[in-house]
Amino acid sequence: MSDVLLRTVNLRRTFGGLAANDNVSLELRRGQVHALLGPNGAGKSTLINLLSGDIMASSGQVFYQDRDITRLTPHERSLIGIGRSYQKTNIFPGFTVRENCRLAAQSREPRAARIFSDAATWGPYRAVVDAALRDARLTDVAERRASDLSHGQQRQLELAIVLATRPEVLLLDEPLAGMGHEESLRMIALLRGLLASHAILLVEHDMDAVFSIADVLTVMVNGRVLITGTPEQIRASPEVQQAYLGSEEAVHV
Amino acid sequence: MRTLVTSPTRFVMVALMLATLAVFPFFEQQFYTEMVTRVMILSMFAISLDLLVGYTGLISFGHAAWFGLGGYVFALLGTKYRLTESLWLTMPASMAVTAAAAFLVGLFVLRTRGMFFIMVTLAFAQILYFFFHDIEALGGSSDGMNLRGKPSAAIGGWVPFELSDTNTLYYFVLLLLVAMLVFLALLLRSPLGRALQGIRENEHRMEAIGFPVYRYKLAAFTIAGGLAGLAGYLFAVLNSSVNPEMLSWHQSAEVLLMLILGGMGQLWGGLIGAFTFALLQEVLSTFAEKWHLWLGIIIILLVLFLPGGMISLLDRIRGLWQGRRT
Repeated sequence: MSDVLLRTVNLRRTFGGLAANDNVSLELRRGQVHALLGPNGAGKSTLINLLSGDIMASSGQVFYQDRDITRLTPHERSLIGIGRSYQKTNIFPGFTVRENCRLAAQSREPRAARIFSDAATWGPYRAVVDAALRDARLTDVAERRASDLSHGQQRQLELAIVLATRPEVLLLDEPLAGMGHEESLRMIALLRGLLASHAILLVEHDMDAVFSIADVLTVMVNGRVLITGTPEQIRASPEVQQAYLGSEEAVHV
Repeated sequence: MRTLVTSPTRFVMVALMLATLAVFPFFEQQFYTEMVTRVMILSMFAISLDLLVGYTGLISFGHAAWFGLGGYVFALLGTKYRLTESLWLTMPASMAVTAAAAFLVGLFVLRTRGMFFIMVTLAFAQILYFFFHDIEALGGSSDGMNLRGKPSAAIGGWVPFELSDTNTLYYFVLLLLVAMLVFLALLLRSPLGRALQGIRENEHRMEAIGFPVYRYKLAAFTIAGGLAGLAGYLFAVLNSSVNPEMLSWHQSAEVLLMLILGGMGQLWGGLIGAFTFALLQEVLSTFAEKWHLWLGIIIILLVLFLPGGMISLLDRIRGLWQGRRT
């Protein structure tokens, strides 16, 4: 059950004199939602960027199924099975929803030398894209321009693009950001559906959502891991209470 | 073919344009036939740049380097070193050499982005310019070089056509122009072409979903270089001469201007832009002394009021027409 897909060892990243991440070690397992909590500036986004390769570690290591991937570029990490979504919607606005996902599927089978074949009609792309659109519930708007979608639908597309790359690990940076209540519930249901086959790292400010779905939580403060544990352990922890008392955010228990 | 023919109106326009080009030599004197040949060659040059600027989002300010290099390969093979004048050898050689040169330069310049990319492409083009301006072994001279003759189309003893004939050269260029458009239309719907357009749209996300963006850009840069080399080759053939000015930054700026005038990322934009530019030049220079000034003003006005280029004029007019009817 608990096979570890992604693991970090003493990960550290400094910006000038500031250690945005320091001595961060955690494990993502298949079938688990691992939520990352912490006040603004705690280093959550830095950690996601370190895992996806968008920024490089100053020291420490990242392992993917025992392979050291600390020095791999973002596209290499994507190709081995790590997919990430962005906090700020990061799609191809001028393309149709379908083309957004199709490009993602294409990255798995580039066929770059086939310059006389039609990318849009190739069967294997279509199959992956249809599945991603269905999972993200975007089938009805597949032919619309991505820039014409509502904010919530663009968030779903953000996820659909990741799914079309068929990753094993999902790094989700605030997938519920700016979503209404209904949309949030749908997204959570969607994530639950993906759980069995994926390892999910979730950064999210919506505490109700986090506690409803997370199997493991890690609380970060000032770039360091304060505590890692089950939702019950986190709720009961005096350290967490204290860390949050000083900030404006509060854990709703 | 959707990239080439996007609507019924476009189809009619395209058919009319090609038909006009096909019958043009029958009605005109040699002078204008040569002029249109020249503009078609410049169209090919502009269209090759569109692959970079309009489809990949790479604003190259040194595209004339490949244009000039393509011409010089023929000049060196055919005239300076007298190795061969065969069309079937020199034309592919021109394209291969320029593509290879573009690949090598691309290895360096594609590591930069935005403003820096514009500057380093310009810098590399200037380096090549001075090669052909100053190095004797490369035919270096500020006057360029006059060519011995047109390339020979002979295969063994059989001569299918003579490029020294004005009309034959015209149709040869028209054929290659159409072939280039078809090639790019196919390329742009292929996985490679789609990926390039994805890079233009959102380079960061392309990298994040697993595309080695640098390699894709390098492919685009190489292909665009080879196609510009073909245009330069034909330009040298038409003029029966080469000149370092073919590689100058004026030439790079002019082709960029044609593309902006015609409309970027439209495939036909380069063609329409080159003809618009030539027409403006021709008309203005006949009745205005300071015609460069007027050309500049007209270009500014066109860019201000038709940011999509001349190609968007059609959609604008149709929009007005339909707006009035409803």
